[in-house]
Amino acid sequence: MNRDIVFATAGFVAVVAALASVPVFAGPYGVTLMIGLLGYVTLASAWSLFSGPTRYVSLATVAFFGLGAYTVAVFGESLSYPLLLVVAGLIGLGLAVVVGLATLRLAGVYFVIFTFGLAELVRQLVTWYEVNMTGTLGRYIFLPVTPEGIYWQLLALAALTFVIAWAIGRSRIGLALKVIGDDEVVASHCGIDIARVKLALFAVSSVIITLVGAIQAPRWTYVEPSIAFNPTISFLTLIMALLGGANRLYGPMLGAVPLFLLFEWLSANFPNHYSIILGLLFIAIVFVLPRGVLAFVEEHWTRLRGNDTRAGKGAAE
Amino acid sequence: MSELLTVSNLTKRFGGLTAVNDVSFSLAPGEIVGLLGPNGSGKTTVLNMVSGYLAPSGGTIALRRQVVSGLAPNRIALKGVARTFQLVRGLPSLTVAENVIAALAFGKRPLWGSAAATEALACLAQVGLAHKAQQSAKDLTYIDQKRMELARALAAEPELLLLDEWLAGLNPTELLTGIDLIRSLRSRGITILLVEHVMDAIRALCDRCIVMNAGRKIADAPTAEALCDPEVVRAYLGDGHA
Amino acid sequence: MLVTALLSGLVLGGTYALVAMGLTLQYGIARIMNLAYGEVVIAAAFLAYTLFTAWGISPVAGLLIAAPAGFALGYVIYGVMMRPLVARAWDKASLEIDSILATFGLLFVIQGVLLVVFGANFTSYSYLNVAVNVLGTTLAANRLLAFVLAAVFAGGLYLLLTRTLWGTALRAVSVAPGSAPLVGIDVDRAARMAFALGGALAAAGGVVISMYQTFTATSGVVFTMKALIVVIMGGVGNILGALSAGLILGVVETFVATYLDPGLTLAATYAIFLVVLLWRPSGLFGRIAR
Repeated sequence: MNRDIVFATAGFVAVVAALASVPVFAGPYGVTLMIGLLGYVTLASAWSLFSGPTRYVSLATVAFFGLGAYTVAVFGESLSYPLLLVVAGLIGLGLAVVVGLATLRLAGVYFVIFTFGLAELVRQLVTWYEVNMTGTLGRYIFLPVTPEGIYWQLLALAALTFVIAWAIGRSRIGLALKVIGDDEVVASHCGIDIARVKLALFAVSSVIITLVGAIQAPRWTYVEPSIAFNPTISFLTLIMALLGGANRLYGPMLGAVPLFLLFEWLSANFPNHYSIILGLLFIAIVFVLPRGVLAFVEEHWTRLRGNDTRAGKGAAE
Repeated sequence: MSELLTVSNLTKRFGGLTAVNDVSFSLAPGEIVGLLGPNGSGKTTVLNMVSGYLAPSGGTIALRRQVVSGLAPNRIALKGVARTFQLVRGLPSLTVAENVIAALAFGKRPLWGSAAATEALACLAQVGLAHKAQQSAKDLTYIDQKRMELARALAAEPELLLLDEWLAGLNPTELLTGIDLIRSLRSRGITILLVEHVMDAIRALCDRCIVMNAGRKIADAPTAEALCDPEVVRAYLGDGHA
Repeated sequence: MLVTALLSGLVLGGTYALVAMGLTLQYGIARIMNLAYGEVVIAAAFLAYTLFTAWGISPVAGLLIAAPAGFALGYVIYGVMMRPLVARAWDKASLEIDSILATFGLLFVIQGVLLVVFGANFTSYSYLNVAVNVLGTTLAANRLLAFVLAAVFAGGLYLLLTRTLWGTALRAVSVAPGSAPLVGIDVDRAARMAFALGGALAAAGGVVISMYQTFTATSGVVFTMKALIVVIMGGVGNILGALSAGLILGVVETFVATYLDPGLTLAATYAIFLVVLLWRPSGLFGRIAR
C-alpha cells in the first residue's frame, strides 16, 4: 500500500518535472499551446472537483475565470504580482460563497439555470463598474510576466489541483461525498452537513478556476468584458470534463488534452464556423453516450459502488 | 424527573392529510418505549420528525428540554439522536466498516484514520458483524444489513436511539438475538424508542407503549395495560372486539 | 415619469410574458429544459429584420411567416434531437441533464449560424417609430403594437389550452405525464406539439422584440435567462403565472433602469430570481396542480 503511494508520488513528480522542462526545448508556439492546454486541464479538473461527485452541472466556469482575468486587469498596476493572485482568489472565493449559499440548497436544475446566467450577470456588473467608476471599458495589461512564467504557474496550479483532488478522495470530506452520493438521507443522519460540504467544494473549485483566469490574463494584453467572459470557455470545460469522466482522478485530463488539440485545429482552420462545429460535436457527444451523460458520469461512480439497481432511485431530498 | 425526549402537540400535515395530529409524550432516560399502531397511523412520521428528516407542521420536540424541532438531521444527530430506517438504508458503494466509519467521522467526537477503523470494528463486534468488516456493504444479507445499520447508529454514541421496525423480517432465532442485543443497549444507558409490530419483542423489551391510530395518540401506559386498552383493541381489530 | 416607466415596463413585460409562455410549454409539458430557446427568439428577430429591410414585409405580416416557421423548427428539433433523449431517459433528472446539455450544444450551433450570416453587429430597424399619446404620456407606436400582439398571443394561447380538448390534453400531460396515457392521450405527440408550440411562441416573441429593440446574434442567452426566470417565478407549466411574472419582471426592470441605472437591470432580474427561489421554490403562483 505504502509502496504504491511512493511509486505514484515519484511518477507524479517525474511527470511534473518533465512538463516543467518543456519551455527549454519547445519554441514560443509550443509554449503558447501548452499554456492553453494546461489552462483547460486545470479548468476541467477544477470543474470536476465539484460537479463530479455532487452532480450539480455548473455552467459558471467563465464567470470565475473572467473575474480572475479582470481582477488582474484592474489591479495590475496597483498591486504586486503575488498579491494580485491572492486578491483574485479572494474575490473568486467571495462570489463562490455568495452563489453557493444562495443556490446549493436548491434542486440541481435551479443551480444549472442560475450558473447559466451568472457569467452574463458578472459581465454586466463588471461593465457597469467600468463605465460608471472608471469611465473606460477596455483595459491593457502590461505585466512583467513571460510566457514561460505563465506556463510554470499554470503547471503548479494544475499539479496543485491534482493533489487536492487526490487528497479529497482520501479525506473525511471524500468519505462524506461518497456517502452523499449513495444516500443523502443517511448522510445527514450521520451528522454530515450536506450543504456545507457542497459549499466547501464549490468554493475550492471556483477559486482554482478564478486563478486560472488570473494567471492567463497577461497573455491577452488587452481585455474587455466580452473577451474575458466568453461563454465558450464554460462550454469547453464542461465537455472536456464530461467526456473524460468527471469522477475519476485522471478523467478531466483525458478529456481535456484531445479535445483541446481538436479545438485548436478547428479554430485555426474553420475560424468562422468554429462555434457551429463545436455545438454539433457537443450534441454528438450527448448522443454517443448511450444512456445519457448523467448515466455515463454515474457509471464511473457506480463502477466503484457497483450497484446499478439504485440508479433509478429518484432524488431523495 | 428529567425527561430525555419531550414531544408536545406534535402535528404533521401533508397537504390535506394530517398524518400526525397533536401527539404529546415523553421519554425518561434509560427507558425502552414501544411506538405502536396500525399501518398508516403515523408512527414512522413521528420518528422522522424526531430525527429531523421531516419538519413538524406544529408542536415541538425537545431533547433535555432543549427544542430541536425544525433543526436539520445532521444537527439533531450531533445532539445524540441516531436511528435505523424502516427500509434498510446501507451505503452500497462502501465497505461494511466504512459504513460505520461514516457515522464515526462526522459524529460528536469525530474519529478518523486508524482510531476510526478500530472503533468501527468494536461497533461491528457488538452486533456480531466484525468478521465481515471488509466486505462490500451491498453483498450483505438482509439481516446483516440490519446489523450494519444498527452498528452505524451505535457508532454515533446516541443517547436516544430510534428503531423503525428493526426486528421485522427476522426468523425466530435471529429475533431472540435481536431482542438480547437491544436489551444490552439499555444497560449502557441508551434510551430507545422503537416502532414495532412483533408483539413478542414488544412484551419482552418495552416498559411502556404509546399507541397511535389515524395520527392520534390513543394510549400511553405500561405495556400490558396499553395492549388491553379497549380503544387499542378497537383500533387493531375493529368495533366488534372491544 | 412614473406613468411612462410603468407603461414601458408593461410593454417590456408583455414581451417577456410572450417569450416565457413558450418556454413554460416546452419545460412544463414536453419536459425539455431548452437552453437554446433564446437563440430561436433571436433567429426570428433576424428573420423579421430581413423580411422588413429586404422585401419590405411588415413585421406583423412577418409574424405569419415566423410563427409557423418556429413551429416547424420546434417540431423538427423535438423529433430529431429530443425524442431519442426522452426515450432513453430513465428519470426526470437524467432527462433534465441530457436536454440541458444537448440544447446547450444547439445554442452554439444556432448562434454560430447567425454569426456567419448576420455578423456580430447590433441590429435594428425602424418600424412604426411614431409617438402616440397614451394616458397622457407618449409611447412609440411600435411598442404599443408589441404589447397588443403579446396580449393577443397570450389570450389566444390561454383559450387554446383551457377551452379546447387538445389544450386540455396538453395540460393533462403537464400535470400527470404518467397517467395521461391511461385516458388515451398520446404523451409523445402532446410533448412534440407543446415543444413546437413553444417554438412558435419563441419566434413570435422574436418578431415582436425586433420591432422595438436592438439585438445581436449573441443576445439569445439573455432572453433564455429571463424567460427561465419568468417561468420559475410563475410556476413551471403555468400560463397565467408566466403572464403575471413576465409583467412583474418587465415593470421591475424598467423601474430599475429608470430610477437606478440601466446597467443594473440584469442584476435586478437575478435578485428577483433568487428571492423567488429561496422564498417560494414552486413559483409565486405554483404549478397548475401538484
